[in-house]
Amino acid sequence: MTADPITPVLTKRWLSPQSWRLSTYEDLEGYSALRKALKGSPEQLVQLVKDSGLRGRGGAGFPAGVKWSFMPPNEDKPHYLVINADEGEPGTCKDIPLMMADPHSLIEGCVIAAYAMRSHHCFIYVRGEALHPIRRLNAAVREAQAAGYLGADILGSGFDLELTVHAGAGAYICGEETALLDSLEGRRGQPRLKPPFPAAAGLYAAPTTVNNVETIASVPYIVNGGADWFRQMGREKSPGPKIFSISGHVERPGQYEAPLGTTLRELLELCGGMKDGIPLKFWTPGGSSTPLFTAEHLDVPLDFEGAAEAGSMLGTTAVQIFNETVSVPWAVMKWTQFYEHESCGKCTPCREGTYWLAQILERMVDGHGTEEDIDTLLDVCDNIFGRSFCALGDGAVSPITSGIKYFRDEFLALCESNKRELVGAQA
Amino acid sequence: MTMAPEEPKVEVPEGHVKLTVDGEEVIAPKGELLIRTAERLGTVVPRFCDHPLLDPAGACRQCLVEVEMGGRPMPKPQASCTMTVADGMVVKTQRTSPVADKAQQGVMELLLINHPLDCPICDKGGECPLQNQAMAHGRPESRFRDKKRTFPKPLPISTQVLLDRERCVLCQRCTRFSAQIAGDPFIELLERGAHQQIGTAETADVLDMASRTSSGKPFQSYFSGNTIQICPVGALTSAQYRFRSRPFDLVSSPSVCEHCSSGCAERTDFRRGKVMRKLAGEDPEVNEEWVCDKGRFAFRYATASDRIRTPLVRNAETGELEEASWTQALRAAAEGLAKARDGKGAAVLSGGRSTVEDAYSYAKFARVALRTNDIDFRARAHSAEELDFLGSRVVGTGPENGVTFHALEHAPLVLCVAFEPEEEAPAVFLRLRKGARNRGTQVVHIGQWTTPAVDRTFGELLACVPGAEASAVEGIAQHAPDLDESLRAEGAVVLVGERAAEVPGLFTALHRLAERTGARLAWIPRRAGERGAVEVGALPTLLPGGRAVTDAAARTEVEQVWGLAEGALPAEPGRDTTGILTALVAGELDGLVVGGVDPNDLPDPALAREALAAAGFVVSLEMRPSGVTDHADVVLPIAPVDEKAGSFLNWEGRHREFPVSLEGTGALPDCRVLDTLGVEMDADLFTQTPAAAAGDFARLAVKGTFTASDAVKVPFTAAPDVPHQQAATPGAGQAVLATWRQLIDDGSLLIDEPHLAGTARAVVARMSAATAEGLGGHVTVSTDRGSISLPIVVADLPDGVVWLPGNSPGSKVRATLGAGHGSVVSIAAGGAR
Ligand SMILES: Cc1cc2nc3c(=O)[nH]c(=O)nc-3n(C[C@H](O)[C@H](O)[C@H](O)COP(=O)(O)O)c2cc1C
Ligand code: SF4
Ligand code: SF4
Ligand code: SF4
Ligand code: FES
Repeated sequence: MTADPITPVLTKRWLSPQSWRLSTYEDLEGYSALRKALKGSPEQLVQLVKDSGLRGRGGAGFPAGVKWSFMPPNEDKPHYLVINADEGEPGTCKDIPLMMADPHSLIEGCVIAAYAMRSHHCFIYVRGEALHPIRRLNAAVREAQAAGYLGADILGSGFDLELTVHAGAGAYICGEETALLDSLEGRRGQPRLKPPFPAAAGLYAAPTTVNNVETIASVPYIVNGGADWFRQMGREKSPGPKIFSISGHVERPGQYEAPLGTTLRELLELCGGMKDGIPLKFWTPGGSSTPLFTAEHLDVPLDFEGAAEAGSMLGTTAVQIFNETVSVPWAVMKWTQFYEHESCGKCTPCREGTYWLAQILERMVDGHGTEEDIDTLLDVCDNIFGRSFCALGDGAVSPITSGIKYFRDEFLALCESNKRELVGAQA
Repeated sequence: MTMAPEEPKVEVPEGHVKLTVDGEEVIAPKGELLIRTAERLGTVVPRFCDHPLLDPAGACRQCLVEVEMGGRPMPKPQASCTMTVADGMVVKTQRTSPVADKAQQGVMELLLINHPLDCPICDKGGECPLQNQAMAHGRPESRFRDKKRTFPKPLPISTQVLLDRERCVLCQRCTRFSAQIAGDPFIELLERGAHQQIGTAETADVLDMASRTSSGKPFQSYFSGNTIQICPVGALTSAQYRFRSRPFDLVSSPSVCEHCSSGCAERTDFRRGKVMRKLAGEDPEVNEEWVCDKGRFAFRYATASDRIRTPLVRNAETGELEEASWTQALRAAAEGLAKARDGKGAAVLSGGRSTVEDAYSYAKFARVALRTNDIDFRARAHSAEELDFLGSRVVGTGPENGVTFHALEHAPLVLCVAFEPEEEAPAVFLRLRKGARNRGTQVVHIGQWTTPAVDRTFGELLACVPGAEASAVEGIAQHAPDLDESLRAEGAVVLVGERAAEVPGLFTALHRLAERTGARLAWIPRRAGERGAVEVGALPTLLPGGRAVTDAAARTEVEQVWGLAEGALPAEPGRDTTGILTALVAGELDGLVVGGVDPNDLPDPALAREALAAAGFVVSLEMRPSGVTDHADVVLPIAPVDEKAGSFLNWEGRHREFPVSLEGTGALPDCRVLDTLGVEMDADLFTQTPAAAAGDFARLAVKGTFTASDAVKVPFTAAPDVPHQQAATPGAGQAVLATWRQLIDDGSLLIDEPHLAGTARAVVARMSAATAEGLGGHVTVSTDRGSISLPIVVADLPDGVVWLPGNSPGSKVRATLGAGHGSVVSIAAGGAR
């Protein structure tokens, strides 16, 4: 599926027949990084990952090696590694294909990361609806266990690791790392108060690191290729390859691996361009929680810095493409309904705010908006953004504020007063 | 020489930091939350979820402030209820920060979009944090013009807590209270987003959002009323109080709970001479801000329709009680009692619920008017060993030299023996739980099964057969060396409850344990008046202030204070409760004064009835008809606590004074009735008013525990000395009975409170799986007196033991079985009834 400009890394096995089998994996360098890693010390591994500059692929882009180094050096309490495979951000669909096509790359990453963090129990928290990947992961875990890559005394190194695949129950908020931990503990998933941070008191109040699937799956390649090799791809502060989930009005939607910093213009080339040639209107660089971009932003380098400088965020690199046939207020309403539905309810701004915003947008799309509504939308967004308990609230206002920023006219056109003018004009 | 203007240097003490709040420099202890620091400076940051006794949640986002750290402003406003102070921090509240002000206004507006704003019909209206803060920090008009979220209402969370989900601001105070303070998990947040709501297992089905009460576990808690009080809106309402009054129509008076010996501070709110509700008062040393549901809701006994409001005298011809004037009744009582006194004698049973002042009056009345030491407040199982214990280890202790709530919270170890904290002194339970939860206090219970309190104090049970508690305590050194070691730790505490009087040797064993390990020992009686009654000498062996009746010097002292002739006080110890009843039956006593005692509470209710019937003359001081009334020759009505002033000594020995709430009802306190009765008998008690009684007692009180003038030595000589006994061994078809009372049961102060009664724990018999075998789920427990049939719940009791609630509907152990804790009873398959 991938073409230039890089040789695929994370997706290189995806097209092999029975790519998910241990034998395929082993034939294609599988578990060679683990052997190498177990020969070194945990500290060396943490340093390697730090040096590689690998940043979290779950949305926030926190440097993975730095996060790992927060884990206490002692083992007074059990350490946990938790893989975030909840993949709930609208438009994001990279982790599930990765687990489907190449589950062992994740498992190998888990063993290496767990070794680096002195963890003997790793959990993969998979989105509950994703039944097929859960089965595939479980099968892969069994294979790995039988082959001695998991369980007691892995490859004779003396290192033990138990790996548990856990199905969530289908709530976007359970992708937020602390809500995920509550959910994993069997509670209702709502974000926790920080501090304490997971590295101090995470799962069962023990030191815990939560990482995204793609983050961890990148680790074996770094171990084999080295930090310098990894840094050859991508950009200075955002090195490495990344899977871009391209969806919407393009000729060939799908997963495209490319180095960080690739532009939408380049990505569109990879996926065959806009569908039926209808021009691009707006797009999300990294899921609906990242402010919208327009055709003006075709050359923005899609890495953490580039996206932020252009007024958005890299997020999960879920590139949703919308052509000129799509109404912005309508799309924004749909996204807002999603956030209203997924707000966990813990804090006032997000719970009540999304409820209000959704109603205003529904009314507007229904043709009963007023110009005042636009001001109200923006002010309510201002009262949510940065006032909510977790980042879901911040994400919820992104489509609205950016939608109005670039396409205020479309919102205005929906207002009752303007419609009346239109009716008058027709008469 | 010129003096450089000196910067005023503020010393930052150890463990403190210096920060700036609204431009003002302030020193704050490390770990203090910004919201408290601001409050100390007089700036109240608006808040909903914050509560000083609950873990921070940061959920409502009402308390946002701007914060600068290390010279850099934090990008987002911060929740001041979750952020702690730091050195050099600069905080700007709504007073100085437009950003914080806008954030607060924004949150307030959002909180109100779905609020029904039905303040005019809301119980909370007038005392509502939402109403008040919306006025102070909200916009005058809402921009919301769409559809509000609605829910059917009210939703019964329990029989006494009703939920209005539309008013709820989802602050989680109720759920956090339940999870953290009480440890009752049955009220929870359900659903998410705008559908998020408070509910219980019974209300969990949101698809049909109507209230359902068909299945699941109800919110059953002895502390649920606190959630109503701390709810910052009118979402949780009390079934008892709902729609009954407006806060501004109420008059409030501080009061003290009259139920258990914790002595919780309360606030009594009344309107037009009627108590409308009771709330928890604040007392950081005692109940903090909580009370149990009994203390909050059980007060309508005082307005029961059968309350006695006029004196009654038995017509000698018809044998019926007839209404009489006070003059007639007092004269009849005085004559009858004088005759009895001058015959074989008259005795006093004063009950365990009197105020200090009333109990003192009974104690003095017995000595001065009846010239006897035959007085006992113990309307329950009791023993001579207990008397020694009370005289040697309890009298004279107080907060300054004894165990306190604070000591429980800070103890490394608390050993509860024959004491059910949650059932017998709920405020003690809350403190134990707090200590265990926050400070890791180890709580060990010597009892029969893992009660909810054992679980929720994160405790450990040392199970023994009822009656074997004394041997268990004696065996600690040998069988539980770890525990023995922990008892030696500084601050370790042993608590013992009223049930200990039913276990021969237990007080002795505990006394020895305390002597041996240095652990501090405290007695926690179940009834509010017992601790005070010990202090004032409502016992056959003790005069006021812990003076032994056998101590000639002590007698002289009392005689002098009371203005009696030398040698006027009887020198022999009197009879205890059972002694008095037996003597009445045997014709060795002629008269009896009974103050608020229910014969069914006595160790042998049948003996009590026989004694009352045999007594030549009975005077009953009562509020409502009881088992005594049928036998009384004169009934003198007395005032409930709301209608009199007075004080209790709580189990700590702490003096808990309260003023009269309802004035001018005409009801008289016991002390006043006894004083007048004394006058009729030519004996001056000087207890016309509670204040007079208190003043009179103060001259005899042990220094410290009361407002005493001079110290009296506590006779630590007659320590209890009774050998422990082997527990009874049941034969085939028999079991040893374990029994104690539930907090919410058929107690006489719990009548007329159906909502409260609905939260009582299920009335069941408990036994081990082995004991239950073959009984088929239902057991009949019997003695030659009668039987009790109940469904069985299997629990971790020792084999051959059956537990019954002491005085619950369908399980009146004393009245029906004439048995108690440690008795051998027969058990048989009960058959569903
Ligand atoms: C509402 C919300 C949803 C999230 N969902 C996911 C998710 O589905 N998967 C994920 O990896 N991270 C998700 N995150 C980010 C996680 O909180 C966390 O930052 C991430 O798992 C850390 O892994 P990384 O450092 O490897 O990126 C979400 C965050 C928020 C606020
Ligand atoms: S912003 Fe608040 S309501 Fe929204 S998901 Fe986070 S914690 Fe829950
Ligand atoms: S019911 Fe009251 S205390 Fe409970 S969450 Fe709602 S507003 Fe808060
Ligand atoms: S704990 Fe005791 S004193 Fe406190 S409210 Fe309850 S019954 Fe009254
Ligand atoms: S009071 Fe601070 S967030 Fe609720």
